[in-house]
Amino acid sequence: MRYLPLTDADRSAMLGVIGAASVDDLFRDVPRSVWLDEPPALPRAMGEIEVERALMRLAAKNVPASAVPSFLGCGVYRHHVPAAVDHLIQRGEFLTSYTPYQPEVSQGTLQSMFEFQTQVALITAMDVANASMYDGATSCAEAVMMANRLTRRRKAILAGDLHPHYREAAATYARFGDFSVVTRPAGPAGENDLAALASKIDGETSCVVVQNPGSFGDVRDLSLLAEACHRAGALLVVVVAEAVSLGLVKPPGEMGADIVAAEGQSLGNAPGFGGPHLGLFAVREKFVRQMPGRVVGETRDVEGRRGFVLTLSTREQHIRREKATSNICTNSGLCALAFTIHMALLGEAGFTRLAELNHARAALLADRLAALPRLRVLTRCFFNELTVRLPVPAAPVVDMLAARGVLAGVPASRLWPERADLADLLILAATELNTEDDIATLTAGLREVLS
Amino acid sequence: MSTVKYTRDHEWVRVEDDLAVVGITDYAQTQLGDVVYVELPEAGRRIEQGKEVAVVESVKAASEVYAPISGEVVAVNAALSGEPGKVNADPMGGGWFLKLRIADAKQLEGLMDEADYAAFVEGLH
Amino acid sequence: MSGWSRALSGFARSDATAATISGNHGLQLEDPLLFEQDAPGRCGVDLPEPPSGDRLGGLRRRGPIGLPGLSEPQVVRHFMRASQKNYGIDMGLYPLGSCTMKHNPRLNEKLARLPGFADLHPLQPEATVQGALELIDTLARWLKELTGMPAVAMSPAAGAHGELCGMMCIRAAIEARGERRQRVLVPESAHGTNPATAAACGYAVDAIPANARGRVDLAALKAKLGEDVAAIMLTNPNTCGLFEDEILAIAEAVHGAGAFFYCDGANFNALVGRVRPGDLGVDCMHLNLHKTFSTPHGGGGPGSGPVVLAASLARFAPLPWIAHEGAGFRLVEQAAGSAAETIGRIKGNHGQMGMFVRALAYIVSHGTDGLRQLSGDAVLNANYLLARLGDLLTPSYAGPCMHEVLFDDRFLHDTGVTTLDFAKALIDEGFHPMTMYFPLVVHGALLMEPTESESKASLDRFVSVVRGLAERAKAGDAAEFHAAPRFTPRRRLDETAAARKPVLRWRRPAPESQAAE
Repeated sequence: MRYLPLTDADRSAMLGVIGAASVDDLFRDVPRSVWLDEPPALPRAMGEIEVERALMRLAAKNVPASAVPSFLGCGVYRHHVPAAVDHLIQRGEFLTSYTPYQPEVSQGTLQSMFEFQTQVALITAMDVANASMYDGATSCAEAVMMANRLTRRRKAILAGDLHPHYREAAATYARFGDFSVVTRPAGPAGENDLAALASKIDGETSCVVVQNPGSFGDVRDLSLLAEACHRAGALLVVVVAEAVSLGLVKPPGEMGADIVAAEGQSLGNAPGFGGPHLGLFAVREKFVRQMPGRVVGETRDVEGRRGFVLTLSTREQHIRREKATSNICTNSGLCALAFTIHMALLGEAGFTRLAELNHARAALLADRLAALPRLRVLTRCFFNELTVRLPVPAAPVVDMLAARGVLAGVPASRLWPERADLADLLILAATELNTEDDIATLTAGLREVLS
Repeated sequence: MSTVKYTRDHEWVRVEDDLAVVGITDYAQTQLGDVVYVELPEAGRRIEQGKEVAVVESVKAASEVYAPISGEVVAVNAALSGEPGKVNADPMGGGWFLKLRIADAKQLEGLMDEADYAAFVEGLH
Repeated sequence: MSGWSRALSGFARSDATAATISGNHGLQLEDPLLFEQDAPGRCGVDLPEPPSGDRLGGLRRRGPIGLPGLSEPQVVRHFMRASQKNYGIDMGLYPLGSCTMKHNPRLNEKLARLPGFADLHPLQPEATVQGALELIDTLARWLKELTGMPAVAMSPAAGAHGELCGMMCIRAAIEARGERRQRVLVPESAHGTNPATAAACGYAVDAIPANARGRVDLAALKAKLGEDVAAIMLTNPNTCGLFEDEILAIAEAVHGAGAFFYCDGANFNALVGRVRPGDLGVDCMHLNLHKTFSTPHGGGGPGSGPVVLAASLARFAPLPWIAHEGAGFRLVEQAAGSAAETIGRIKGNHGQMGMFVRALAYIVSHGTDGLRQLSGDAVLNANYLLARLGDLLTPSYAGPCMHEVLFDDRFLHDTGVTTLDFAKALIDEGFHPMTMYFPLVVHGALLMEPTESESKASLDRFVSVVRGLAERAKAGDAAEFHAAPRFTPRRRLDETAAARKPVLRWRRPAPESQAAE
């Protein structure tokens, strides 16, 4: 078998050295009653040719968003990843290395994570960031738990247009972590919702969690909400589901955020059917010792040269055990590296231009959609995502368009199935990859389906 | 002349006027290695003998520090936040952790004196 | 004076780090950070000029972000140079205990990148992603068969996340019975994630001691069982590399007390194709696709931690599930019907699809016969290390071991060489050190897991180096060890300073330079 180097001669020789009659002999501590005499009844080994054939057959049963006009967003965005990124992350030294616990032989990983932490702090306009979490939703749940620790309160208020996956994950963590999350009603209400949100903050609120841009696409100023939180001794957690928005929109750090929990998939990483993705986590300096997750720090070596190490480890599970800030062990290492390399290629000029392009495509999309009869664009201020109201339920429209080779966006009913009043809403995103032709194909399809 | 008393968890307590000063012993700091951070309670907090009152962190370990006697925290050593290394350099002096208003002076009688503590540490090897 | 600066006095410059003009050493090239190579306006990506105007409601970002501008060749060079300062499995043996650093097949990388997998959006209509759902379902079936369990939750993002998921399901099951149980029993030798997870689920953790044979002390366990114990969290084989031979009795005692048996599946590499955890009485076990099933460690992640579940726990599994519908598949994303008792979501979207593709490619490449072969080779390799090192190093327990072998630092007693020093010397010899100081149940632990990916020649080379180092330590060569490592790009980094005054990001230096350094 191509991945197993031992030959039968090796095995015999090694058994001889060990003094065992057979490999089975080494398993003598296993109770006989549970020992499998034969391997399980499953298919036998396959060469590369057959494995490729089998998996390509499965891949061919899917419609990749790259093959058709595609306007899906809602927390996962299709962006162009420069070719160099994928080549670099596949270097064996990055791909096949472990967590950098031995810093002398992992400066590559540690230095790159330090650069990643700096990039995340810069784009969010926060003081410090960690070396990544699993994804935006778990980042958000961890942010709430951190706010609970810092304020010694146990109730979080979630904005109504927080991505339902984030809300649901936070609710699960809350149920088992013995704290509570209260969610405001959802709806594409923009500014009004924030005022209502602020009015609900009381002396038991640990934090308010708000997403910007919101799930329906709205871009809002969070400064007043931040002030309301701080007056009540609560923290503001800002969620950013589309990291590219930070190239154009006023960042959370400039609007009073205490913690930023974000999804970094947009940079360096393909949509990948939902994983692996990349949780970003950034905080104010004074909160750093309560920040969960791995973090890399700068230091000197014995010869005075700059180097990097994992630090503040005593917050983590492998030392504090039951008193850890989180049980998290892995980060999203390679996804974070892809983000770092993509951001390095973009730089200031490229990242801001990329964001402008996304916004311009979405503005064009909005104009073309607004020209369609029977359809209303609801989002006034957006980055690259917006919501339209259709004259009929949106999900069947999306299915019909999919059958015609257009992925027209996410029907609100997919994420809020319990809300019949949102069933006619369709959420669409446009990125730098959506051409005018794509938009024309979409609008032609909509016109036809809605007539 | 103030006497110092010791606990089996390697905390020391020294009475100065009606306050008790608390820290960790030289043995403790050697075991811990370089101290990088000390988490201290807020002034005003009431603590019970034997319960956790502080946490001292080295690079590779975090240890709970337990209250040798019950009382109310009246002061903490602010210098430790900028210079946690004081715990290593001067554990019995400049490396002190906190000062307590003593709730029950009789609790001091149950603790070890210097000679007993030295013998106790000897016996740990 | 810190311990680190005390150590400085023992250091000599070695030939390997003799000063050069450039600071480079042969093929080891230095490079500044990205932020130190900035040229404003420079960019490594060409994008079209966007039209002006915006609909941001006045929320346009003002002021620079501070990102540096580099061209593509500079970025490639920067990360190439960085990569050369890393060790990886592709380079050599990586004997980290309980990490299973096995070969990461490149076929897996190729297949994960097929547009038909990589370019799928998770919220596409289900009719357009039937192949993806079938892949996840196929992998799920393999995992259930290999573990002998009827159900599996695929969404957890990593091992620790899987542990959390499993413990949440257990707590939900207990609450559904109308009971309240407050304690979870965890062996002293357990990985730190176990007690951290239990605490995150609201449980108090009670440690169970090991017996003299390195296994869970059954009598001590039974004494701690009671009506308030929700679960035991066991690793099998355990973190000392030993099979818990009393596991059937353990399971019986735990179930008899109305508690659940959670198994940490990190060490499944020893058992795959030979023993099924379901047959051992396990109720719930996470698998690490990035350990047993070869998905790459990537410098710390991403992982994937599916959780196999007994029938008693299946209905509490997190959303989403994949259900069969006619000849096709659908996603169960809402807590209704058969999913009414789900614990809910534990992350966004469906799970680590990229790792599912890799793991399935790995599994079907090996097939059932290959998987059985690999666990045999993994255990053989570890026992070979025990046999060839056991006379010179101090094995903590009598053999046979499973896929990993535990030594402690008794053999270094009175040499002035610590486990840490030994590991640094091993780095100079071209090996990544084994796991050090874990598990906590022995002093100065050295835990070695060679995996099945090592040839006999590779193991023999490793053995001769370790033997040489052990002999050198016993001969009184402590100074040599204290000076190690000599040949790495950085040597003995000051972790104390890093923790005392954390510098967690690059900052532009003050414009006025201070007096010359």
